[in-house]
Amino acid sequence: MSDSLNAMRRRSVLEPQWFVPALFVVALLPAVIGVAGTASDLLADTRFFGSNPIKAVEHYFGQWTLRFILATLCITPTRQLLGWNWLAKQRRTLGLFAFGYLMLHWLAYALLDVQLDWHDLTIDLAKRPYIMIGMAALLLMVPLAVTSTKGMIRRLGGQRWNRLHQLIYVISVLGVIHFFMAVKKDIGQPALFAAGLAVLFAFRVQRWRARRAA
Amino acid sequence: MLVRRTDPIGSSEITPEAHYLNRREFLAAAGLLGAGLTGVALPASASAAGRAQEPKALGKPYGLQSDDKPTPYKDVTSYNNFYEFGTGKDEPIENARGFVPRPWTVQVDGLVAKPASYQLEDFLKPSAVEDRIYRHRCVEAWSMVIPWRGIALADVIKRAQPTAAAKFVEFTTLMDPKRMPGQRSNVLQWPYVEGLRLDEALNPLAMLATGVYGRDLPNQNGAPLRLVVPWKYGFKGIKSIVRIRFVDKMPNSAWNLAAPQEYGFYSNVNPDVDHPRWSQAKERRIGEFSRRPTLMFNGYAEQVASMYAGMDLRKNY
Repeated sequence: MSDSLNAMRRRSVLEPQWFVPALFVVALLPAVIGVAGTASDLLADTRFFGSNPIKAVEHYFGQWTLRFILATLCITPTRQLLGWNWLAKQRRTLGLFAFGYLMLHWLAYALLDVQLDWHDLTIDLAKRPYIMIGMAALLLMVPLAVTSTKGMIRRLGGQRWNRLHQLIYVISVLGVIHFFMAVKKDIGQPALFAAGLAVLFAFRVQRWRARRAA
Repeated sequence: MLVRRTDPIGSSEITPEAHYLNRREFLAAAGLLGAGLTGVALPASASAAGRAQEPKALGKPYGLQSDDKPTPYKDVTSYNNFYEFGTGKDEPIENARGFVPRPWTVQVDGLVAKPASYQLEDFLKPSAVEDRIYRHRCVEAWSMVIPWRGIALADVIKRAQPTAAAKFVEFTTLMDPKRMPGQRSNVLQWPYVEGLRLDEALNPLAMLATGVYGRDLPNQNGAPLRLVVPWKYGFKGIKSIVRIRFVDKMPNSAWNLAAPQEYGFYSNVNPDVDHPRWSQAKERRIGEFSRRPTLMFNGYAEQVASMYAGMDLRKNY
């Protein structure tokens, strides 16, 4: 067992050449489908996103945001389990995609759903806890996106940068709570994200304990 | 009929669902046309047989605004909340495909002079079938305009002869997890139940629907018999009804049991009383881009407001 794991580790020291292009294709595809499908539904009366495309695409981009946040949280465990250290570089890419999908989610809400009715936007924010939580997560994610460049990492210093970027744990929890609060009674989907998050958190808690014990 | 033999079908040639659905509508229309040629009375919708895409909306409009247009048949029958067949809007049409709503028994009992168990056909026979176009407002802030076919609920009630003690009417959906796969999950307490005050049930707007667009109710819309109370949120319109019981106490309702602070017994459409988690002031009409303002009692205030005179609608939400 550990022999084969080690063999896998040896083979996977280097990033495969196809990885980055493949990552970009896979990560961009949902955005292209989401934008094209919605445009077609709204302008050409198709039903790619069903009868209520605005609500559907709002949820669609929200779920992709959570998927990418969870993907960024998968990087460290994968590195540690498989020794794929080259993956570390892609965490930023995944994180920025998560931020991009969050922007699309917010645009679907503010631009298509509420249609920039500032009165309704402020009322939502003041009165709806799930909107407050979602918006808090969005605001917390802005500094992470802004400090994602090499220059910013240098300027902040590795340790401070690391601590700032631990905000992703808070953001991910807020995101899943936001999802739980937005559904009516069908909590299957948010529960799935919560379970994924629980596994990823458990992995970290266990590593942290092991390190303290050592 | 000419049937052309074809080569074995490759998977790439399997008809996409959209075409297949259109084809079904075409066949339905062709059937009506065929009936017309053989001298059977032809409903108005069959005149559209040539186009065959969209059945014609039938019925007398009730409470419609000048810009209210019937929602396309495709949307009415594919965007459904019917948790007995799954919680996604697109699930009922898939999961209810094999559901056979016949034979069907409707039990009428409780505080009535004439309790009875009817075969659906016998239950419907004494009443005049009407086509009515109503506005439909979901608690989730979307809406439709739906041409229903059905009978007046008051008619059924008068036949049952409720006693003086009867104050409420309780409705129950079929309980059959084998045929309704959604009932295998505990997302709601099954069977789905709903209720009306007796005077609400007697209101001329309250209807037991057996069809939409002049056709039998599709399974995903609550076949073979569902409640339509257009001044209330859509979830009050209980589907696939098997029992109508007259009681003296306010009945439970499925959503009230699930989340009492969010879904009250009355659940009248009211733009001034928010759902705890979202506003009810506006709604998105399916097929429209901008939201429209929600109307008090969904536009039926003239017919129903007097029933709630003096009541605090914030408390009795």
